[in-house]
Amino acid sequence: MSKPLAKLQGVSRVYQKGKERVEVLHDIDVEIPEGDFIAIMGPSGSGKTTLLNLLGGLDKPDAGTVVVGDAELSSMSNSQLSHWRATHVGFIFQFYNLLPVLTAQKNVELPLLLTRFSSKERAERAAIALDIVGLADRAKHYPRELSGGQEQRVAIARAIVSDPTLLLCDEPTGDLDRETADEILKLLQILNKEHGKTIVMVTHDAQAAEYANRTLLVDKGKLGFKAAA
Amino acid sequence: MKYFGLIWSNAWRKKIRTSLTILSVFVAFLLFALLSAVGYAFGVGANFADAERLIVINKITLINPLPIAYQNRIAATPGVRSVTHNTWFGGYYQDERNQFAQFPVDPEEYFSVYSELVLPDEQFEAWRKNRTGAIVGQALADQYGWEVGDRIPIQATIWTKADGGRSWEFDIEGIFSSKTAGAGATTFMLFQYDYFDEARAFGNGTIGWYVLRVDPDADPVQVADAIDQQFANSANETETSTEEAFAASFAKQYGDIGLIVRLILAAVFFTLLLVAGNTMSQSVRERISELAVLKTLGFTDMSVLWTVLAEALLILAIGAILGLGVGWLAVEGLNSQFGTQVPLYLTPMAFVTAFVIMVVAGILSGIMPALQAMRLTITDALARG
Repeated sequence: MSKPLAKLQGVSRVYQKGKERVEVLHDIDVEIPEGDFIAIMGPSGSGKTTLLNLLGGLDKPDAGTVVVGDAELSSMSNSQLSHWRATHVGFIFQFYNLLPVLTAQKNVELPLLLTRFSSKERAERAAIALDIVGLADRAKHYPRELSGGQEQRVAIARAIVSDPTLLLCDEPTGDLDRETADEILKLLQILNKEHGKTIVMVTHDAQAAEYANRTLLVDKGKLGFKAAA
Repeated sequence: MKYFGLIWSNAWRKKIRTSLTILSVFVAFLLFALLSAVGYAFGVGANFADAERLIVINKITLINPLPIAYQNRIAATPGVRSVTHNTWFGGYYQDERNQFAQFPVDPEEYFSVYSELVLPDEQFEAWRKNRTGAIVGQALADQYGWEVGDRIPIQATIWTKADGGRSWEFDIEGIFSSKTAGAGATTFMLFQYDYFDEARAFGNGTIGWYVLRVDPDADPVQVADAIDQQFANSANETETSTEEAFAASFAKQYGDIGLIVRLILAAVFFTLLLVAGNTMSQSVRERISELAVLKTLGFTDMSVLWTVLAEALLILAIGAILGLGVGWLAVEGLNSQFGTQVPLYLTPMAFVTAFVIMVVAGILSGIMPALQAMRLTITDALARG
């Protein structure tokens, strides 16, 4: 077993909905080994996305610690988390979340604006990322000119362009047909196996979860059981 | 600069909306340029006013003349360094539309008081020696294509000649320039008072007003009081004021143009703020989830704030530069046609003011949406998107 890349210990997360207090995650302990590909499944509202947000430093736990690599996310400021995310995590969303006013190339370059790379270096790296996802010939296209699968590939290119160790995917195939979904999942597998990316993927789709090495089930804020993929 | 592409693309997200906003900014700054130039024209005397110069007019009104005999008494007043006099001639060249200022003066005295005027020595001497000689400002010469040696007729509207004629002929002996920048500095003509006084049909021995330069260590207010006291209870009492105050009160004959201009501009820019602010607010509301994505990618709260603020400034800057540019061209065009009658000019200070307004309006219109973008919580915004 590889050393853990991410480690959550005693993590709880509570939301206040009006006067109601909703505990989304309760005393979660989990380790994610470096180079792993994990699917997180569970019913709606079970806390899957919250778990993903905590791993990505988008949210902070009310109790417990979240450690990713050498960073203790739960004790970092918002600004520190921003800088950490820029270099350590890539995000892939269900609805791609590309900026419609930018071409595929410029969308992929976005995370590199936060680096010291020159304009030429940014363009070169974005071109490599687009090549990896098989969209080198769509670099000048705007999101509206791409299919859903192509948009998701651009989003994956954007997620990997700054060479992060961890990829967090929130329902990456939720908006795609089966065939396109399989293409995207194979691409994630390649990124995991050939490029060594650690991937955590939230999904409702059991077939999608089969592409992962193992699956975590979350229900009512707790990790139910782990099943080998 | 590396964010410029992102800011530019976001600014043009809705092309028609952004174009209309830029158009409103353009109109506001075009208006600013034109009204600033008009304000300059009405305050042109004050623009060239010298702190060491005083103006002595008849206490009843500027139109009432003063005796030429006052000059020696004024010159003898403690604190007075030099004195000259001016009289409004009010003529035109060839056509009544070709009106510009002409003043009969004493050459030496005039140049001792108006030291900012520059005339080659040989031209000054030629003018001084020729009783019907005149000198014209460079802008005036350029407008009518006059050269040294030309003989020009000026039709009088006030001062008929003793022989009943209204046509005064002058030999152009020199063309002067001015050390003072700005339209209106060289749009007038000077000729010899002696010739004027002898040839006119009435008003002999009088002048319109005196202009004097005080000693640098003298108090202009005390000098002014001393002059007015000398002529108190005489047939022609005087009123002495600084050149700037005189010019300002002269301009106010038409109303407080400066105040009117400021009020119009305040209304225009207030409306502009509402328009630009609304555009930015809509623009930010439409892309809450995109801003959340930027933060997800690692953009800090402050960098998101600055990109939104920069977008507001960009829209303001495009409109402002276009408006000022077209305004400047319009002012230059109008000035080349009518500059001798109404000297329009966009001063460097007008450009500085426009720049400050642009920056302040950009910040004010963008700050609320920018703060809203900065305060976005990623998880909430993504959930909403």
